[in-house]
Amino acid sequence: MSDKNEIIADDAVLVKVEGLSKKFCKDLKTSLWYGLKDLVSGVSGSSEDRLLRPKEFWAVKDISFELRRGECLGLIGHNGAGKSTLLKILNGLINPDAGKVTIKGRVGALIELGAGFNPILSGRENIYNNGAILGFSRKEIDSKLETIIAFAELEEFIDMPVQHYSSGMKVRLGFAIAAQMEPDVLIIDEVLAVGDLGFVLKCFKTIDTILPHTAVIFVSHSMPMVSRICSQIILMDRGEVKFQGPDVSRAIDLYYNRFANNESGVVFTDDSIILEKIELLKPESILEGIPQISWGDNLKLYFKFKAIKEIGVPQISIFIMDKEQRPVAMFVRNSNELSMEGRDLLFTVEHEGINLSKGIYSINITVLADKRKEPILRVNNLLVFQVLQKDEIWAPFLLKSKYEMAQ
Amino acid sequence: MALETRVYQKQRTIKFGTLLKASLSDMFQSRFLARQLAERDIKAMYRQSYLGIVWAFIMPLTTAAVWIFLNSSGTIKLSDTGIPYPVYAFSGTLIWSIIVASINSPMTSTQAAKGILTKINFPKEALLLSGIYKLLFDTSIKILILVVFVIIYGVGLQWSLLLFPIAILGAIIFGTTVGLFLTPLGLLYKDIGKIITFSMQFLMYVTPVVYAIPKTGIMKTIMTWNPITPILLTARDLVVGFTPEYLNYFLVVLAICIPFLFLGLIIYRISIPIIVERLSA
Repeated sequence: MSDKNEIIADDAVLVKVEGLSKKFCKDLKTSLWYGLKDLVSGVSGSSEDRLLRPKEFWAVKDISFELRRGECLGLIGHNGAGKSTLLKILNGLINPDAGKVTIKGRVGALIELGAGFNPILSGRENIYNNGAILGFSRKEIDSKLETIIAFAELEEFIDMPVQHYSSGMKVRLGFAIAAQMEPDVLIIDEVLAVGDLGFVLKCFKTIDTILPHTAVIFVSHSMPMVSRICSQIILMDRGEVKFQGPDVSRAIDLYYNRFANNESGVVFTDDSIILEKIELLKPESILEGIPQISWGDNLKLYFKFKAIKEIGVPQISIFIMDKEQRPVAMFVRNSNELSMEGRDLLFTVEHEGINLSKGIYSINITVLADKRKEPILRVNNLLVFQVLQKDEIWAPFLLKSKYEMAQ
Repeated sequence: MALETRVYQKQRTIKFGTLLKASLSDMFQSRFLARQLAERDIKAMYRQSYLGIVWAFIMPLTTAAVWIFLNSSGTIKLSDTGIPYPVYAFSGTLIWSIIVASINSPMTSTQAAKGILTKINFPKEALLLSGIYKLLFDTSIKILILVVFVIIYGVGLQWSLLLFPIAILGAIIFGTTVGLFLTPLGLLYKDIGKIITFSMQFLMYVTPVVYAIPKTGIMKTIMTWNPITPILLTARDLVVGFTPEYLNYFLVVLAICIPFLFLGLIIYRISIPIIVERLSA
């Protein structure tokens, strides 16, 4: 790979997309009929207007970008936003209805692992089948066979029919073959979700080594992964570009905002207690109803519960969730600091010097009954707040640190 | 090292020469892939079956057997064929089955690869080639059985038998050409496959498969004009050592097929992305 880089200028544009559009049809019968018409016009070579016919919509509309070697474009957007369609056009599987794609060099696609596997045949035979489809010659496969088997960690089962493989084993074998490609342009769709943790880590190690020599187009719903490897982002919605540019963190915020209207919800209650009020005290500012605090400030929450039945002081677990609803932190539970005032329970809880990295967080609570330790109330997404900091990092915590010279 | 550049856009002008060249070069370059796919399908088929190879010729054999029985029991009266009737009937049904298989081959090969067509970009011509490889494999087994038949019924081996594979190649070229034209439509609409099966049944009766062309009448005209007739008769004549009467007609059909085969390849190349779009939409 290194000598290749010397010959081709590093800043050579490998992928150039200009005004790309693609339309799809909502109705099967009509779609087939249009297909027939397209066949006729395709063969006779006429060029019709690129207008929508009845029952059609734009699956991809007017997308343009350039990608150089060493860059990684992240394609994000909710399901049905047109990401996969765009990938199919880039991969040359379907023709665009308007616009143009120019791709230089060998294209590798991690869209479907293990294509062409026949379940009856052994793993070894299927390496040849899949390898041939990916464009390897027999000689290349012969020389890479041992590497592939070792990478897939399937030495013991390689002569077993693939139909007896587990799904993880199939993906491992598929990836091991695909990893042997030395592409100039790599297209990755979410294929790596299967497989055990060790293998997923191995996959990303491989991708990391490929990245610097390659122009990568990466589709994923995993934002930590996107922010880790992508240098620019296209956020798509209904086929159109909602955001495009190198500001990865802004794109990710926009992506999350599309899901941010999760209303707070009582997940479980036995009707013995209700939460009347929750508030973040002394926020630095409030933007669009979301209180903001700076990284390193104190996080202070105010709670007001009302008991409906006669109960003792319950035990309260307060969780901080990140944008993907993963718990990132929990407050230490109350022991015997609190007491009921009649049927009201009012208190504040404070954490000093918050170390969460910048981003949007929400609060979930679980309330356990005093003695029985049974849940009596669970509420998700009670309060949304934002932590402000200038650095974009993809780790969940930014730890306050002190550096000193040492021997 | 210059990098290969690909451009994808809505095609406006179509240059037949360029497309044909690209198609043929893709076919040549995908020899390994085509062989691999053919090998995969053949292996997989026989590994999961006890009768295995028998299925390649059981259909023509039973069809022939029915006609042999009808003839020998006197249920129907067929005109003299000049050779032992079993050889006539079996050679007919066998060559017929090869033609039918080659008409179906482009469509079934492409249809079977639907899953990878919508996911991975590879030379699609490899599918056609792998279909032809599979045909050749089946055909060579059929030819062996036919030779055995010829020996058993005392027709004897003729030198012209060596030319037989060429006639069969003609049959495959004819079938593939017809099949290629039906493939794009057949992938869109399931009806096409059914229509092929359906109409081939009728076509068999207007082709001298199990009986000779009558001396007079409307049937004679239809059967003589049927382009499959010269292919079938030439192939059979070569097996039994007759002078092929329809040789010129056979060559004319073949000569017409070649440009159409190329046209079919071009249409196939243009239509695959359009079809993939409809398959995955």
